[in-house]
Amino acid sequence: MERKAIDPSQVKGWGVDADPKNDPTYPMKNRNDGEHAGYSWERPPQQPITVEVLHSNERPDVTSVFGTSTPPLGLSGALRRLGFRYSESSYGHWLPLVLADRVSVAEGVLEDLKQGQVPNVFAERGWKAEWEHNRTSLVRRVLVRAVLVSAAVAYLRRRRGGS
Amino acid sequence: MLAMNYRGPLRVRIDHKPEPEILHPQDAIVRVTRSCICGSDLHLYNGSVPDTRVGMTFGHEFTGVVEQIGEQVEKLKVGDHILVPFNIACGTCVFCQQEMYGNCHESNPQASAVGGIFGYSHTAGGYDGGQAEYARVPYADVSPTVIPEGMDLDDAVLLTDVVPTGYQAAEMGGIQPGDTVVVFGAGPVGIMAARCAWLFGAGRVIVIDCVDYRLEFARKYAPCEAYDFRSLEDPVLFIKRTTDFLGADVCIDAVGAEAAGSALQTVLGRKLLMQGGAATALHWAINSVKKGGIVSIVAVYGPIDALVPVGNVVNKGLTIRANQASVKRLLPRLIEHVQNGILDPKAMITHRVPLEDVSDAYRIFSAKLDECIKPVLIPPSART
Repeated sequence: MERKAIDPSQVKGWGVDADPKNDPTYPMKNRNDGEHAGYSWERPPQQPITVEVLHSNERPDVTSVFGTSTPPLGLSGALRRLGFRYSESSYGHWLPLVLADRVSVAEGVLEDLKQGQVPNVFAERGWKAEWEHNRTSLVRRVLVRAVLVSAAVAYLRRRRGGS
Repeated sequence: MLAMNYRGPLRVRIDHKPEPEILHPQDAIVRVTRSCICGSDLHLYNGSVPDTRVGMTFGHEFTGVVEQIGEQVEKLKVGDHILVPFNIACGTCVFCQQEMYGNCHESNPQASAVGGIFGYSHTAGGYDGGQAEYARVPYADVSPTVIPEGMDLDDAVLLTDVVPTGYQAAEMGGIQPGDTVVVFGAGPVGIMAARCAWLFGAGRVIVIDCVDYRLEFARKYAPCEAYDFRSLEDPVLFIKRTTDFLGADVCIDAVGAEAAGSALQTVLGRKLLMQGGAATALHWAINSVKKGGIVSIVAVYGPIDALVPVGNVVNKGLTIRANQASVKRLLPRLIEHVQNGILDPKAMITHRVPLEDVSDAYRIFSAKLDECIKPVLIPPSART
């Protein structure tokens, strides 16, 4: 849609109550009204785009620098690409990303196994620290879970035996 | 090099990763000397920030020695020992030009709502962070600052986030002499916000949390009144009663997405991830502040909606001020405060942990074990 220019100075009453001191953004923002000139600043040089970079559709381009950690891959990558079709204001953007995060956990386990590494989930979850500093609670949680799992297994076995 | 490696919610480990390279003429590579775990890292650790990818290295509070510089870096030189503010800021965009260094428009392609942050998911730019032996630092001439001679490294590393964020929380509160300031959250940022509220002339400072040892620490460090909300009938009612039923002049939310205290918020925000975190503290802040009061938010929430009583914001005529701290803007003043002994950040560090034990450090901080206030990771090269 073409924007029709209106000269504000021709609008009756324009600026009569303007008060530059009424600026609740100060000192967070040292106002210079530069944004009125739009996306016009002299940009830093562009970092070469050597990996796939998904960019928000609320901006026209990739920023001058960006992180190159973990480019999108696999099923989680496809979900992320889907999410980036939608604006940051849309659940269509965030929900696929949340789902992709969960999928990438499974992909991470597969990747570990492919490299011959079985993830040590207990160490990754810091159970050594739990054992040192919170032993009673850790033991209680493990026992409660063991009891619940045993009860569930016993219940299923009994049902299977009965049928 | 050794680097922290995120493997999924509540799972992190130390791994070998390739060393970072210069990817842009304004980059520097630093050898990390200190790297903290931040309370906001726990949002990533718990899996509540969208686009947190398996394989990423966290860490946005770090110091390091410059090892390499890009061809356009002029202010820093190899060998400088620097503190690296958590915001990645270009210094040239319209927002940086207005000193909003936490809102840079040239550092995060993935989201327009937040600038780039080291090691803070792809929603904040997809940069690997400083919980590693080495890190890539973009725009090295803009925010990174040479550590003043004689400054303790433990003070310096807390100037990258905790101190400026706590200070800005108080600053945004527009505190007037004699004001009553309530800080929700007795984590490192909340404690620092309470400490800094006095610098702006507060007449009374109250901290609300539910972790006894942290409340005790806040009482001594800030110093301030500190209350466990579990022992109060209702924290909002308590604030009203203790302020002649008017409410506090300023309320600060320094908790964010992991808040306890409301079953509904916990289920929706932390368990089902149906909102951008549990907004319990913000809910209390809005309801505890007086009519015409100010709510200052530095706590981190996810980008999805969160339930807060917005009707009360309107009906009470509140001003809400919020932002990521603009570290570069605040650093000169805060360095002065540390050098003059007004602020003592390093007193908050309770755990100095080898980088190799990152899984345990996360667990200790996350589960609030061993009376942990603030853990710092130390890479092997900085331990000799």
